[in-house]
Amino acid sequence: MTDVTDAPTPSLLSLVPKAPAKQSMKDFKSDQEVRWCPGCGDYAVLAAVQGFMPELGLAKENIVFVSGIGCSSRFPYYMNTYGMHSIHGRAPAIATGLATSRRDLSVWVVTGDGDALSIGGNHLIHALRRNVNLKILLFNNRIYGLTKGQYSPTSELGKITKSTPMGSLDAPFNPVSLALGAEASFVARTVDSDRKHLTEVLRQAADHQGTALIEIYQNCNIFNDGAFEVLKDQEQAQEAVIRLEHGRPIRFGADGHKGVVRDQATGDLEVVAVTPENEARILVHDAHAASPTTAFALSRLADPDTLHQTPIGVFRDIDRPVYDTLMTDQLDTAVDQRGKGDLTTLLTGNDTWTVVG
Amino acid sequence: MTSQVSSPAEQADGAGESVVGEQRTPPRPAGGGKEIRRLDRVIIRFAGDSGDGMQLTGDRFTSETASFGNDLSTLPNFPAEIRAPAGTLPGVSSFQLHFADHDILTPGDAPNVLVAMNPAALKANIADVPRGAEIIINTDEFTKRPMAKVGYETSPLEDGSLSAYNIHPVPLTTLTVEALKDFGLSRKEAERSKNMFALGLLSWMYHRPTEGTEAFLRSKFAKKPDIAEANVTAFRAGWNFGETTEDFAVSYEVAPATRAFPTGTYRNISGNLALAYGLIAAGQQADLPLYLGSYPITPASDILHELSKHKNFGVRTFQAEDEIAGIGAALGAAFGGALAVTTTSGPGVALKSETIGLAVSLELPLLIVDIQRGGPSTGLPTKTEQADLLQAMYGRNGEAPVPIVAPRTPADCFDAALDAARIALTYRTPVFLLSDGYLANGSEPWRIPEVADLPDLRTRFATAPNHTLADGTEVFWPYKRDPETLARPWAVPGTPGLEHRIGGIEKHDGSGNISYDPANHDFMVRTRQAKIDGITVPDVEVDDPDGARTLVLGWGSTYGPITAAVRRLRAAGLPVAQTHLRHLNPFPRNLGDVLARFDKVVVPEMNLGQLATLIRAKYLVDAQSYNQVNGMPFKAEQLATVLKEAIND
Repeated sequence: MTDVTDAPTPSLLSLVPKAPAKQSMKDFKSDQEVRWCPGCGDYAVLAAVQGFMPELGLAKENIVFVSGIGCSSRFPYYMNTYGMHSIHGRAPAIATGLATSRRDLSVWVVTGDGDALSIGGNHLIHALRRNVNLKILLFNNRIYGLTKGQYSPTSELGKITKSTPMGSLDAPFNPVSLALGAEASFVARTVDSDRKHLTEVLRQAADHQGTALIEIYQNCNIFNDGAFEVLKDQEQAQEAVIRLEHGRPIRFGADGHKGVVRDQATGDLEVVAVTPENEARILVHDAHAASPTTAFALSRLADPDTLHQTPIGVFRDIDRPVYDTLMTDQLDTAVDQRGKGDLTTLLTGNDTWTVVG
Repeated sequence: MTSQVSSPAEQADGAGESVVGEQRTPPRPAGGGKEIRRLDRVIIRFAGDSGDGMQLTGDRFTSETASFGNDLSTLPNFPAEIRAPAGTLPGVSSFQLHFADHDILTPGDAPNVLVAMNPAALKANIADVPRGAEIIINTDEFTKRPMAKVGYETSPLEDGSLSAYNIHPVPLTTLTVEALKDFGLSRKEAERSKNMFALGLLSWMYHRPTEGTEAFLRSKFAKKPDIAEANVTAFRAGWNFGETTEDFAVSYEVAPATRAFPTGTYRNISGNLALAYGLIAAGQQADLPLYLGSYPITPASDILHELSKHKNFGVRTFQAEDEIAGIGAALGAAFGGALAVTTTSGPGVALKSETIGLAVSLELPLLIVDIQRGGPSTGLPTKTEQADLLQAMYGRNGEAPVPIVAPRTPADCFDAALDAARIALTYRTPVFLLSDGYLANGSEPWRIPEVADLPDLRTRFATAPNHTLADGTEVFWPYKRDPETLARPWAVPGTPGLEHRIGGIEKHDGSGNISYDPANHDFMVRTRQAKIDGITVPDVEVDDPDGARTLVLGWGSTYGPITAAVRRLRAAGLPVAQTHLRHLNPFPRNLGDVLARFDKVVVPEMNLGQLATLIRAKYLVDAQSYNQVNGMPFKAEQLATVLKEAIND
């Protein structure tokens, strides 16, 4: 067992071999033709990831993208790294096996709202609680694209789709709330079209020890076009988007005229107009807070229907023991205590008898 | 049941009508004045409540017997409930042990000795006990209420219903409590040692060595020395009771089975333990880290438990959130270059089917261990069955062939695991290892192999480009196959220049790029099938000393009972040929020729005829099915009768 101490842990990225030479975005583009619909938000995310990868400077043969099923899950084919396009919902489980057996790899999971939250919901929450060293990119377009337009577990209540002509009946998941509830050590949200923000979130996720979940709001221009328009339109976004930055007061709107404060009676968070009287009470974002309570409260600020007051950025980024590290430590401890396993000794056991010819 | 040995045909396994086996020497008085008889074999069944510790008692008697050098075979039989309601018929747990001075093959059809710890144990087991057998009864439990609970209106000890048996009434509970009166234990605590009293008594009756059990108890209860000593005291009290009381006038000797065993060092081993060791050995012989992704399920969990103890072999065990994640993690580890395994039982296989299909498509090595149990659905979790054969063979969408390997005895699980690993690594394919509850929990002596004699399973990862494009570029094609085995290269992440993407979508031959081309799909489906069909497996051997016209064909755990039945028939002068399959997919190449040589083929299976269905379809042979699906292994006598009818028909 490892001693879990407060001492800063060396980055797990240091276990991944470095690239021998400087890389460019081109190095990460595979020779495969990209086959998403023209105008799909996935293109922007792909470009952002390909553009970010050289910054990590990792040997690209030590990077693996694992995906499930859905439009976004074609992602690995377009990355010139190792990759697996697996089956619906199972990417976190498969990536867990890879990451826990090969700590010299940087393992990324690409999934969607249906893949991660519906058919694969179980694997997602367990990967998060275990804190396996995975970076999970959850493309949330609030619709089923590949099966041509049914509602998804993040679609708003009453969504009219092919399978719900009179409106969907089930309340949606809030992926950030879900991840926080599942003990995630890193949870962030970003938007496909904001490359700068997306890249900054990727940077922080890559640096995180353990599972990082990044919800990426992604536009499906065929089946759910404009789902996040309120967060993208210059005029509306200013009032709708709450940008979270660690150590900074949580303010938004034109000139930061709105802010988030804690209701002293209930402990819940609320949005207020900032005044000289309440300015000191504006919540300062602490992504490293040990308790997930405030991060959870932040995740609940957004209106699930209108997306008004949607926080983006890193909600939570804490250090806690990483599953793959603990697993490796146990192997090392076993060798320390008992020596490297000897097959003859094992097979012989303690209770034998001998037959002489 | 020594799988390594082919024993003389005249040694009919468990044969004979008599209660106790053949007497080897005339009776002689022992030093203490008691008579000692020598027997060639004995079948003992311990039966009690599921809380009475019958499995532990049986395990200890087995260990004593193994260290004494008898051949042996065991049949634990217990309910799925951890503690079924006390004193009820469904709550009865039993452990049957057959031991002999010669080579035996089964746990025996009927016990010579029944130890019944309560009325329920007597009632649940009496039908299996032949007349004249000895029954040791814990009389303390035969009071009105426990008897009424199982429908005894009068006491079977007094109403004459047991007059055909040789009854030993023993107040086991009272004697145990009395023996432990100086320990300051509560009556309830003291009573719990009554199984050790019974074990002591049986150990005396059959001249078993006792040091092992005493050492075991002291180590098991190392943190509670009082309890350890109480159990040792109860154990010794049972022994002394046998020696002093007049009711037990005779004790028995069963000589070590020296002639049955080839030279070597032996230990007793259960199927699940042998299988776990086989997996560790396979990892060592392949020079690959072993990775187990698993979800607990009866009767496979013991393999997870065992492998998790051996981290100093670099074994990683991952207890997943569900069956699907168990195999998913294993497949991920296989992609990373591990010898990957998932362990489960039938319901788990159903959940893993989609991932098995992915493994077929990815063409990565993966072992799927299915410890079969009674089905369908939850079925009979603690009982045995062979009804997953067709699920293993066909239970996936699309054409998704998977090789199948089936061990035949508990010790054989070791070799079968190595063989399954060989196929998986050589052909880059998932492989089914089909064991069952009977093999998993049953045990037998095992000649410990020399590590130097184990197969070399080392395989090669791809390290360089394997294809030249028209423009002269050197590239890596993940689906460019070895022309001999049709296996694709295994290029693990971390290998520079071989970056590639694979997935469950149909891919183009060679390049592995996504392809929806009809002709390519047709080619890939046929190629995947051809790869499995072309796996090298040894020819089946036919045991046919008398030129028989009838062949009995089996697979998996029915080997013991079938072989015992065949021995009986031959001993009675009836010629019958036997062959037993380890490889169910692909079948051995000579199987068709073998089947065609006989007038009649009989296929006994613990299912409704799954192998028979495959045989009939593939070889157009009119195979006759004989089936049993009662959760228990076949009995040798029952099979002998069936085969006799087939021969004479």
